Amino acid sequence: MASAFWCIVEDDRAGRPKKVTGEVLGEGARLARQLGGQVEAVWLTDKATDEGLKQLAEWGAARVWLLENPALAPYRGEVWTPALAELAAAQTPQAIFGAVTARQRELLARLAARLGVGLAADSVAFSAQDGKLVATRPVYAGKLLSKVGWSKPPWLATLRPNVFRLEDPKTGAAPQIERPAVAISQGTMTLAERKEEASTGLPELTEADIVVSGGRGMKGPENFVILEELAKVVGAAVGASRAAVDAGWRPHRFQIGQTGRTISPKLYLGFGISGAIQHLAGMRTSKIIVAVNKDPEAPIFKVADFGIVGDLFEVVPLLTQEFKRLLEK
Amino acid sequence: MKILVPIKQVPDTATQVKIAADAKGIDTTGITWIVSPYDEYAVEEALRIKEKRGQGEVVAVTLGPERAKEALRSCLAMGADRALHLRDPAWENADSLTVARALAAAIKQEAPQLVLFGRQAIDDDMGAVPAQVADLLGWPCASWIMEETISEDGKSVRAGRQVEGALEIFTIPLPCVLSAQKGLNEPRYPTLKGIMGAKKKEIKDVKAADLGQTADGAQLFVVALEALPPRPPGRIVPGEPAEAVKELVRSLREDAKAI
Ligand SMILES: Cc1cc2nc3c(=O)[nH]c(=O)nc-3n(C[C@H](O)[C@H](O)[C@H](O)COP(=O)(O)OP(=O)(O)OC[C@H]3O[C@@H](n4cnc5c(N)ncnc54)[C@H](O)[C@@H]3O)c2cc1C
Ligand SMILES: Nc1ncnc2c1ncn2[C@@H]1O[C@H](COP(=O)(O)O)[C@@H](O)[C@H]1O
Repeated sequence: MASAFWCIVEDDRAGRPKKVTGEVLGEGARLARQLGGQVEAVWLTDKATDEGLKQLAEWGAARVWLLENPALAPYRGEVWTPALAELAAAQTPQAIFGAVTARQRELLARLAARLGVGLAADSVAFSAQDGKLVATRPVYAGKLLSKVGWSKPPWLATLRPNVFRLEDPKTGAAPQIERPAVAISQGTMTLAERKEEASTGLPELTEADIVVSGGRGMKGPENFVILEELAKVVGAAVGASRAAVDAGWRPHRFQIGQTGRTISPKLYLGFGISGAIQHLAGMRTSKIIVAVNKDPEAPIFKVADFGIVGDLFEVVPLLTQEFKRLLEK
Repeated sequence: MKILVPIKQVPDTATQVKIAADAKGIDTTGITWIVSPYDEYAVEEALRIKEKRGQGEVVAVTLGPERAKEALRSCLAMGADRALHLRDPAWENADSLTVARALAAAIKQEAPQLVLFGRQAIDDDMGAVPAQVADLLGWPCASWIMEETISEDGKSVRAGRQVEGALEIFTIPLPCVLSAQKGLNEPRYPTLKGIMGAKKKEIKDVKAADLGQTADGAQLFVVALEALPPRPPGRIVPGEPAEAVKELVRSLREDAKAI
């Protein structure tokens, strides 16, 4: 049997795989071609949908291992890990990849311990060296890159969202579905309550293609409205520096940086943020960085691709207008 | 209630890190060391649980070189009761699984009801050890928790873990593993009295043999540490705000194709 590169499916809890799964499958497919093997999806869910299964095939999954059981929702590591470990022991995949999401970063770590293998968490690149996989991961708050290898397979890794490309969709591809018999335990922890975050109507911070972010220069919580307006026009998420979060202007979950979230959008726009090393830790791998700051010496300009030295309260409304005009065309 | 808090000593967040000559680690000369920030949330939470219940014991534990004692001292100064220092040549170049195995063995010996970790150590940024320890012990775990309450009978904990778009609150039987996310609490500063008192508290040295551990070899190894590829130099868009904004949007669209 060809050696398999497994990708764990991240779904929206309603039977639809998220885009990040397409990215993981995309990278898995490229590595499988290079190292020999095929890319396969492994979906643990309480309920899959036909549409979701088809999506996985279109994203390139040659096969979908489907574990469908009510005990698999909500995600609990103590339930998912033994199920996945049993399947892995039977099928001996070459690699098991996940996405850097709340559940998968925990799942892959638990699984690595159970299988007694290495885990390269939060990887941003892979290469093949002498037929073996090498992962690149940011360390020391993104100040350095660490290249790591595994002593033995399966190679476990989590992949940072927004970093890896999707393959061209295999339109019309039909999924080959396997429903292996695997023991699913009931688990000991129980969900008492799920508190949905007040919907901002904007994308999730770590998933967004564009992130607009405000710092101490915003001067107060009320001024974030202007960033939200800009965000709405371009379909961005709104993040913040720690200074803005610690001042109580934004909830913790919006903090970008070393002690916040790590993001890697196509476009990051920072307003009134100085660019402290701990902030850069969370956004340095953004593809294009734009900074607006009234201080020309602000360190953020050292990493910015484009900068405007000026007052954000003047610049933001103008930007919103200009983007609106552009996107209406 | 006995609570164990594994902590790691890491370079201060503002430190410039330089790659060592062998390109596998960092040059440690001149580095200021601190307790990894997330671990401070874990220590703080453990102390609060003890204070709230009016009894209990908080044990800080680290696996690391001699200098890591300093980090344990900081935790003792915050209020931890005693500390374990896991130090042995067998653990040099330990990867997260080796650390997790050693910690799990120490936890078995100590038999705490709760183990509180930081969500990740900010040097290797792996975020793996807490879940690995939970699995080795066969315990449930909740990662990145933003709140927790121990039940009155001390048999379970309600913990809220941060997931995309929501906070999921679980009832988890003890013993279990939790990992702390920023927002859980505000860590206290040690008082002068705390710092003085810490000198008298016990830091017990623990060897691999004491835990029945042998050098098992790292599963994940560093091939090389590298500097970041330089970012292409940026461009300050000149002009009055209105002009600059127009030019910026044009560049984002046409040159960078970012929108
Ligand atoms: C252990 C540790 C962890 C940390 N983790 C994080 C983290 O995860 N994320 C994070 O962000 N920080 C983190 N920090 C804090 C970090 O060191 C900085 O203090 C913080 O990022 C500063 O936020 P800021 O840029 O918003 O504020 P400041 O540094 O105060 O910068 C404000 C900027 O706004 C500009 N400005 C003011 N008014 C205007 C205006 N009208 N128009 C345009 N520009 C204006 C100023 O010129 C200035 O450059 C951490 C620190 C430590 C010690
Ligand atoms: N060497 C160590 N000694 C004690 N605890 C550790 C050590 N390494 C990691 N930890 C704990 O595990 C958490 C996650 O670490 P990591 O998986 O390395 O990112 C840390 O926040 C600590 O609570």
